[in-house]
Amino acid sequence: MEATRNQVRQYILQNYLFTEDESALSDEVSFLDSGLIDSTGMMEVIFFLEEAFSIKVEDEEMVPENLDSVNNLLHYIQKKSGKAA
Amino acid sequence: MNSVLNIDLEKEADKICDGIRRAMAENLGRRGLVLGMSGGIDSSVCSALAVRALGKERVLGILMPEQDSSSASSDLGKLLAEHLGIRYETQNISGALESLGCYRWRDDAIREVVPEYADGWKNKIVIRGGLDGQINRYELVVEDPAGNRQQVRLPIKPYLQIVAATNFKQRIRKTLEYCWADRLNYAVLGTPNRLEYDQGFFVKHGDGAADLKPIAHLYKSQVYAMARHLKLPDPICNSTPTTDTYSLAQGQDEFYFALPYQQMDIAVFALNAEWTPEKLAKEINVSEEQAAWIFSDILRKRKTTRYLHEAPVLLEAVSLE
Repeated sequence: MEATRNQVRQYILQNYLFTEDESALSDEVSFLDSGLIDSTGMMEVIFFLEEAFSIKVEDEEMVPENLDSVNNLLHYIQKKSGKAA
Repeated sequence: MNSVLNIDLEKEADKICDGIRRAMAENLGRRGLVLGMSGGIDSSVCSALAVRALGKERVLGILMPEQDSSSASSDLGKLLAEHLGIRYETQNISGALESLGCYRWRDDAIREVVPEYADGWKNKIVIRGGLDGQINRYELVVEDPAGNRQQVRLPIKPYLQIVAATNFKQRIRKTLEYCWADRLNYAVLGTPNRLEYDQGFFVKHGDGAADLKPIAHLYKSQVYAMARHLKLPDPICNSTPTTDTYSLAQGQDEFYFALPYQQMDIAVFALNAEWTPEKLAKEINVSEEQAAWIFSDILRKRKTTRYLHEAPVLLEAVSLE
């Protein structure tokens, strides 16, 4: 789980914050409400999830509860990976 | 029009015309105004107000159809130009767009998700999700020559390529408007209404580029009311807002706004007036939960499109005094 957390954090830090400073990203902050990621950026996040974790994000799963923070992403990846297993 | 949006239209028209004349004299230093005439309500009202402010001899309309735009748009543009008695030029931009790769890039991207897409098919992009509390996503609608439709979710790469390709249309049109403005020593008039301006529904350096935007403070319903007040021809006053960018008919609410303009107007007004979601829900007949999502969607679009309004970022202040 820690490896996944690190992979997700690094993706967000490098692609949206352009920094290696770990303290720049809080795991619970809303990407959308904070303005860090917009709806186009969320399409990129979905592409990342599907490529990096070999999961398919269904339309009905495109909700903030699944995608709108590092913690939400981790819970979602865990849920999907469990389903796949 | 909902009564909360009622304004004194004659007084407003006078105010806008004073503002146009003042901008010309104090800010722009040009002899007249050029604007693209799409046949839509916004450019039609802007044309009429420009004529009222400066006189018909100082306004030039440019009609710029291309292969995907509706012939009805050009017809309405001509109708208005003739109604107002202004000069207008028609320049079909399909050849320029073809040369730049607009149609090829778009069609290549469409074939990434619908491999059988071919000549004679039509397309559009629609927005989904925002009204249901989901994150907005875009779907591609294609229609084969027999009228059979498919609708598929667009992954990021083809989505961006389709948008980039089609944005050529707005940018080429603006290039032509500035060419004519340079030629005549005129300024370029931009035609966004308040919904478009507030929510960032424009192409940066495309339809978003202009020297003056005289109706950016008017809600869309007020623009329609102004068209009727100015006695513009009925086909224009009764027209439905479309993007006129994709080959399938596409309402602005399908592509960008979560709601039809009448409800979007009220929602943006409500947010500005600090209404509660409960009050908005009653006013536009949606659930309270949906009203809260609508407010969130408006705020997010404002935030994420703010850069479209900004001048380029400078890393140090540069004095222009």
